[in-house]
Amino acid sequence: MDEYALIMRHEDGSKIASPEQMQEWMKQTMDWIGGIAAQNKFVGGTGLLFADAKVVHHNKVVTDGPFGEIKETIGGFITVRAESIEEAAEFAKGCPVLGGEGNTMEVRRIAKK
Amino acid sequence: MKQQELIPHLFRTEYRKIVSVLCKRFGFDQLETAEDIAADTFLAASQTWPYKGIPQNPVAWLYFVAKNKAKNHLQRNLVFENKVSDELRISSGETYETEIDLSPQNINDSQLQMMFAICQPSIPPEAQIGLSLRILCGFGIEEIADAFLSNKETINKRLFRAKEKLREGNVKIEFPGPAEINDRLATVLTTLYLLFNEGYYSCSQDTTIRKDLCDEAMRLCTMLVENKLSGKPEVNALLALMCFQASRFDARIDQNGELVLYDDQDINLWDSGLISKGAYFLNCATTGNSLSKYHIQAAIAYWGTQKADTPEKWESVLQLYNQLLQIEYSPIAALNRTYALSKTVGKEAAIIEAEKLKLTNNHFYYALLGELYTGIDNDIARQHFQKALSLSRTQPDKRTIRKKIDSL
Repeated sequence: MDEYALIMRHEDGSKIASPEQMQEWMKQTMDWIGGIAAQNKFVGGTGLLFADAKVVHHNKVVTDGPFGEIKETIGGFITVRAESIEEAAEFAKGCPVLGGEGNTMEVRRIAKK
Repeated sequence: MKQQELIPHLFRTEYRKIVSVLCKRFGFDQLETAEDIAADTFLAASQTWPYKGIPQNPVAWLYFVAKNKAKNHLQRNLVFENKVSDELRISSGETYETEIDLSPQNINDSQLQMMFAICQPSIPPEAQIGLSLRILCGFGIEEIADAFLSNKETINKRLFRAKEKLREGNVKIEFPGPAEINDRLATVLTTLYLLFNEGYYSCSQDTTIRKDLCDEAMRLCTMLVENKLSGKPEVNALLALMCFQASRFDARIDQNGELVLYDDQDINLWDSGLISKGAYFLNCATTGNSLSKYHIQAAIAYWGTQKADTPEKWESVLQLYNQLLQIEYSPIAALNRTYALSKTVGKEAAIIEAEKLKLTNNHFYYALLGELYTGIDNDIARQHFQKALSLSRTQPDKRTIRKKIDSL
C-alpha cells in the first residue's frame, strides 16, 4: 500500500464566511478525516494558516502572502494509505472543501523514502 | 475480622509489599527467594496464630518475621561469601548491610519501582500483566489462570520465561531517569490499561475475580498518580477513564452473570462516587498541554456517564472518536465512531460509512451492521446478526446477539 498526499486548494474561508460557518466546515473536515481514520487509512496531516504567511522568491526576497484570495491556495493536506491513486482520489472526493465551487483537491503519491 | 478471613486478606495486601521490598533489596536474580520468604512468612502465620492467638499488630508481626527470614538469608550468603569468595567480595567493594527497610516510604517506592521494572517492552504484554498480578497484586497462580481462561501450567511457564528475561536483561528495580520517564511510563500505562480491560471485558465468568482485576489496576494507577515523578496528566486521565468505566460495573452484569447492554442498564446501579472521582481526575489531567489517547478515552467515558440521548452527547462523542482514531486506530474505536455517526446523521448515512470498514472477521462489525439495518431492512439486519453469531466466541456475546435476532 502506498501513501498519498491529498492537498486542499481553496481560498481563505475566514474572508468569505462567519465564524459559525467556519466551525461547521471544521467539523465536516474532522468527520471526513475520522471516516478515513476509521478505515485505518489515515497517516497524518494538518491545516495551513493563511494569517502571517510569507512567500520567499527566487532572488530570496521575502514578501507577505499568499493571502488565500485565490481558490488555488493550499489550505492544508492530509496523507493517507491507499491501494491505488484511484482509491486515494475516492478519499479526496469526501473532502468538504469541494463544496466550494472552484476549489480543488490534488492527489499525489508520496515518493518512497 | 475472623482469623480464617484475616490471613487471606493480609496475604492480598501485604504479600506484594514484602516481595517488592525484598526483591528490590536482593535484586531480580533472587526474585524467587523474595517470593519464598514472603510465602514462608504467611505459612508461619497460619501455623502460629491458631495456637498463640492473633498478634496485636498482625502486619507488624508479618514484617518482623519477614525481616528475620531475610536477614537469615543474607547472613547465610555472607557466610558463603566470606568462606568461599572473600577476595571477590573485597575487590568488588560491596557492603553487606543486612537491615531490611519495611517503612511505608520504602514499601511505596519499591512497589512503584517494581511496576516500572516489570513493564518492560522486552516482555510480551500478557506476561507483563501476569507478573504484575503475581508480584504487584499478590494473586495466586490459579487466580491468574482463571482471569486469563488458561491453566496453571501455562501461566507458570509464562511467568518463568518473563522472570528469565528480567534476569537476563539485568533489569534494575529503580525509577527511570527524567529523560526516559515518559517512554517507560507509556509501557506501564499500557499494562495497567490492559489489566483493567482484562477485568472489565474478560470472558471469565467469575465476577469477583473480574472486579478484583479492575480494582487492582485502579489501585496501581492511583499509586502512580500520587507520586511526584509519575503523576503526569496522562496518568490522571487513565485513572479518570477507569473510574468512569468502573462506575457501571455492577449495572452491566445482572444476578445471573448476564451482560446488561448500556441502554437497558439501571442508572441507580451506577456508582456516583466513582463518577465524581473520575471527574476529579479528569480535571487533574488538564494541567499541561498534552492530549493523550487516555484523555480522549476518558472524555468519551465521561459522556458514557450521561445516559440522556442528546444531540450534544453524540456530536461530542463522534468528534472525540475522530480525534482518537487519528492518534491510534483500533477496530473497536472505528466501530464505536460509526455508531456515534449513526446517532448524529442517521442510520442510512452511517451504513455507507460502516460498510467501508470491512472488518469481516470481527463479530462486532456484523453486530453493528445488524443494529444499523434494524428498522431499515430487517432481513439484511438478520443476515448480519447471523454472521455475528457465527463469528462470536463467548456465550454472553452469543446470547446478546440471539436476543437481537429474536426482537427483530
